[in-house]
Amino acid sequence: MPVEYDPDPKIAAYAHPERLVTTEWLEAHLGDPGLVVAESDEDVLLYHTGHIPGAVKIDWHLDLNDPLTRDYVDAGGFAALMSAKGITPDTTIVFYGDQSNWWAAYALWVTSLFGHADVRLLDGGRKKWHDEGRPLTTDVPSPSPADYPLAERDDERIRAYREQVLAHIGNGALVDVRSPGEYSGELLHMPDYPQEGALRGGHIPTAVNVPWRRAADEADGTFLPADRLRALYEGEIGLDARDDIIAYCRIGERSSHTWFVLTYLLGFDHVRNYDGSWVEWGNAVRVPIER
Amino acid sequence: MRDALHDIVEEFAGTPRDLRLMLLLEFANALPPLPDHLVQDHDRMEAVEECQAPVFLAVDVGPDAVRLYFDAPPESPTTRGFASVLHQGLDGATPEEVLATPNDFFLSMGLEELVTPLRMRGRAGMLARVKRRVAGGAERTSRETS
Repeated sequence: MPVEYDPDPKIAAYAHPERLVTTEWLEAHLGDPGLVVAESDEDVLLYHTGHIPGAVKIDWHLDLNDPLTRDYVDAGGFAALMSAKGITPDTTIVFYGDQSNWWAAYALWVTSLFGHADVRLLDGGRKKWHDEGRPLTTDVPSPSPADYPLAERDDERIRAYREQVLAHIGNGALVDVRSPGEYSGELLHMPDYPQEGALRGGHIPTAVNVPWRRAADEADGTFLPADRLRALYEGEIGLDARDDIIAYCRIGERSSHTWFVLTYLLGFDHVRNYDGSWVEWGNAVRVPIER
Repeated sequence: MRDALHDIVEEFAGTPRDLRLMLLLEFANALPPLPDHLVQDHDRMEAVEECQAPVFLAVDVGPDAVRLYFDAPPESPTTRGFASVLHQGLDGATPEEVLATPNDFFLSMGLEELVTPLRMRGRAGMLARVKRRVAGGAERTSRETS
């Protein structure tokens, strides 16, 4: 049986309220049977400076990616990871992390590729929990290995490859969630980050630019309320819940954030994340680029 | 390579893989706070743009010893850890010792497999900027004394 949902009124207004929890809810449910909290950060040491009591660490780089091929782990690798973290297919996983939950959303998206049913995000992520003075600990839990059967990764439903993106130009919506400078081609990486990683700047033709940040509250990093998200994506940008949408960024983490917003907060049916993103597109020979 | 830095590299290399990140965290926690004169005059510090996190450094080049100062936020412990390795390894070194530090010394620390490549470039950026300051400072000193 899944852990009960957060009845918070802001969350209840989203299309899938079962995908998000507040910091209050999480603190009250820490230790509930069937609940595992997982931290996924950009900074690989941050978890070890103090994390939510009982939370396990999932490293996007070491745990979720194949060490050799630029791809995710396979069914065996994923099952081994889940087992080591004490997670069974029935477990409710609440992800949280730094950088407004980029990597938490990314880990949630990768976990969804394997069909794990009950995955949720902590609204506001690590920063909100920390700023509210909620408990943190450096004690690393050692869960008993759990039974996790091999689950085949389904790359069709929510993941897009370069060839599919190419075929999508002119046939579906493309959402570039990077900063305006990256979209225009002036920058090859986020502002203030090292300018490297792609040989060409610009964006995929026909893509609209909706920086991921626009979905988050500037002060505390929580998601905007449902009505404001609708006003942005449906009103201002003109997307429709039935559209076939592919989102991308630089390596797929910021676009996981937008994928989460469109899929679970707004209830769009066909949103895929192009994890190859600009690092692949901006280096690929002969793909079209717009500036 | 200066002995102090060499010892740190050896310490990392000799630490089991599982504990190497914890060692880096110990270094992060040991980074000393900025002295008052730099807290007051933070604009004097140079931003390390190769780092993902907001990191600043200042270098005081004396004829016999180079003093290093780093400022990195607690939310970026990895970057703090790298800054602290440079601090413990090179603070108080002679200008010649700093300039003789191999640019790739950190490849021997065994962190490549644990930390993402962008962080690695941030660390190289910190050392490159320190060396540039020391080279510039040494030039100025030799001009002033000649």
